[in-house]
Amino acid sequence: MTTSATTSTKPKTFRAAVNAALKQEMRRDERVIVMGEDVAGGQGGSAETEEAWGGPFGMTKGLIGEFGPGRVLDTPITEAAFVGAATGAAMTGLRPVVEIMFVDFMAVAFDQILNQMAKIKYMFGGKATLPITVRCLYGAGFRAGAQHSQCLYPMLTHVPGLKVAIPASPYEAKGMLAAAIRDDDPVFFFEHKATLGMREPVPEEEYVIPLGQARVMREGKDITIVAIGRMALFAAKAAEALAEEGIDCEVVDPRTTSPLDSEAILASVRKTGRLIVVDEAYPRCNMATDIAALAAQEAFRDLRAAPRMVSPPHTSVPFGGPLEDAYVPGPDRIADAVRAAMTDK
Amino acid sequence: MQLSRDDLLDAYRVMKTMREFDERLHVEFATGEIPGFVHLYCGEEASGAGICAHLDDRDHIASNHRGHGHCIAKGCDVPGMMAEIYGKETGLCGGKGGSMHIADLEKGMMGANGIVGAGTPLVCGAALSAKTLGTGGVAVAFTGDGGSNQGAVYESMNLAGVWTLPAIFVFENNGYGEASASSWATAGGSIAKRAEGFGIPFVTVDGADYFAVREAAGEAVARARAGEGPSVIECEMRRFYGHFEGDPQTYRTEDELAEVRERRDPIPRFTARVREAGLLEEDDFAAVDAEVAELIERAVAEAKAAKVPAVETLADHVYTSY
Ligand SMILES: Cc1ncc(C[n+]2csc(CCOP(=O)(O)OP(=O)(O)O)c2C)c(N)n1
Ligand SMILES: [Mg+2]
Repeated sequence: MTTSATTSTKPKTFRAAVNAALKQEMRRDERVIVMGEDVAGGQGGSAETEEAWGGPFGMTKGLIGEFGPGRVLDTPITEAAFVGAATGAAMTGLRPVVEIMFVDFMAVAFDQILNQMAKIKYMFGGKATLPITVRCLYGAGFRAGAQHSQCLYPMLTHVPGLKVAIPASPYEAKGMLAAAIRDDDPVFFFEHKATLGMREPVPEEEYVIPLGQARVMREGKDITIVAIGRMALFAAKAAEALAEEGIDCEVVDPRTTSPLDSEAILASVRKTGRLIVVDEAYPRCNMATDIAALAAQEAFRDLRAAPRMVSPPHTSVPFGGPLEDAYVPGPDRIADAVRAAMTDK
Repeated sequence: MQLSRDDLLDAYRVMKTMREFDERLHVEFATGEIPGFVHLYCGEEASGAGICAHLDDRDHIASNHRGHGHCIAKGCDVPGMMAEIYGKETGLCGGKGGSMHIADLEKGMMGANGIVGAGTPLVCGAALSAKTLGTGGVAVAFTGDGGSNQGAVYESMNLAGVWTLPAIFVFENNGYGEASASSWATAGGSIAKRAEGFGIPFVTVDGADYFAVREAAGEAVARARAGEGPSVIECEMRRFYGHFEGDPQTYRTEDELAEVRERRDPIPRFTARVREAGLLEEDDFAAVDAEVAELIERAVAEAKAAKVPAVETLADHVYTSY
């Protein structure tokens, strides 16, 4: 993190932090454009510019007023076309930031993501750069049902050529979005819909959190909890409760799943000898299985207990309240897993 | 078009049920008791009712996120729908789907849908089943003006043309996709006309005119049942409420909203026509109104009283559990 001596810091919501990063990067580099469904909002209607939606969740509010329709582009509901267009634009001089409202909708654009965006640089022998950022909402807890609640970042992490950033909080979001937009590779940037209103101090000045650098949210000596996105917040909560029981947890937030900071994760595991990985994504082939396997291979001799994974059951996300609450891993389930790992010999 | 007294009473009952169902949701949603988000069909009733008037249990429909009206028109159990929207175990999908995923395959209702445009390929499949199995059935996809821009929609129209499927693509043009006007989002200016390129017969009708919709749908269904392939119908209308409940609708003026309620409400337009023609009287409407009011009241009371799904059912209906 680079901050000047004159740093002024204000509490900001996640939403405001994303908005601030977008404005900052658009001011900094005029090749940065923003596109997506209703990112301006109100095309063809009677709204005044100031009242324009700025996206259904207000993430891009005010951009159209400052940067105009040439750089803030509303799209028809046609993800395949605009995700592909962003890819083509990135190959030819622009730095598009695309909003796919809910990550679930990337499915209709998946060829453009999987076979075009991810592969062009490699297939063309490195001739192309693809400075494109795809922002999307993810996660359960919103009573939004099976098609609006998925995580899906493991699917993207699986694909060579894509980077995947999952900021846990407003401070993280502002610094990581700046890094994503300045990156010359495609970056998927995940925003948890349950954290959009979360507030924390965020510097007004520019700062960049490099992609691929994990952070230790809390130092501890007994056990390592690696947790991603919203789950990192839950892990920190669980760690607080466990501290009262005398269990000293180290919480590591990888921040990005691609690139993955395996060094930081392994260093922590070597220190504590125990590992819990928490991932809100479906349990098979997710980040928990990936990181547990990494530890098993690289730190086997340092492990004093089997790595444990905390994820939802292998089902689609249910709609009803009690079912969804039971589905999403929370601090209690994380704490239970920690206690179980602590009794392993 | 000569409609019997029973036809007219049915039409009125269906539209009135749709209206009261969603008007009640508008009120109940504001109390915070309903989980998730709901998209209301108020103002668009003549479309779902006029199309589905020609359908029976052989036939299938696929709906979108604004699906309550389509479900009602296709005969879904109204208390079961309400319970689903409340996320209760007595809901049509056991409380696992919610407003955007109500389905009742026994009634030929292949589901509301959270993915815009996704119903059109499914409808090609239902039409293929009908054709292959010789059921005489037809399949209808309801898609919005915004949804009409998805690639899957045009791939489906082409497929239906190539395979001569008994499929009908209904585009409910309510003026907006979220906050964007359809006039802005539709290059070329007409959704229906795009069908021309696929050689599919198409028509644009006043979607607030029950009789116009019903007539257009009659021709399309007859063509499909006769093995003559797909049709496209674009219904032009306006929604009364926002895109979702809670949408402040900054993109529409008060004048527009007032005009929509006054001139584009399909229900008074229907009743006025029927009354003028001397086909139904005030008492007939009043009797249906009472019946519908009782049904909605019961649906809400039952939904509120019903149990939430047991947590043990969380991993049901998945091929395996880990
Ligand atoms: C593939 C996909 N993209 C975006 C969305 C988000 N979304 C839900 S409804 C909607 C607008 C749909 O407009 P229209 O098809 O006109 O239907 P209306 O809401 O007007 O009935 C959008 C963009 C979605 N559900 N699926
Ligand atoms: Mg619409």
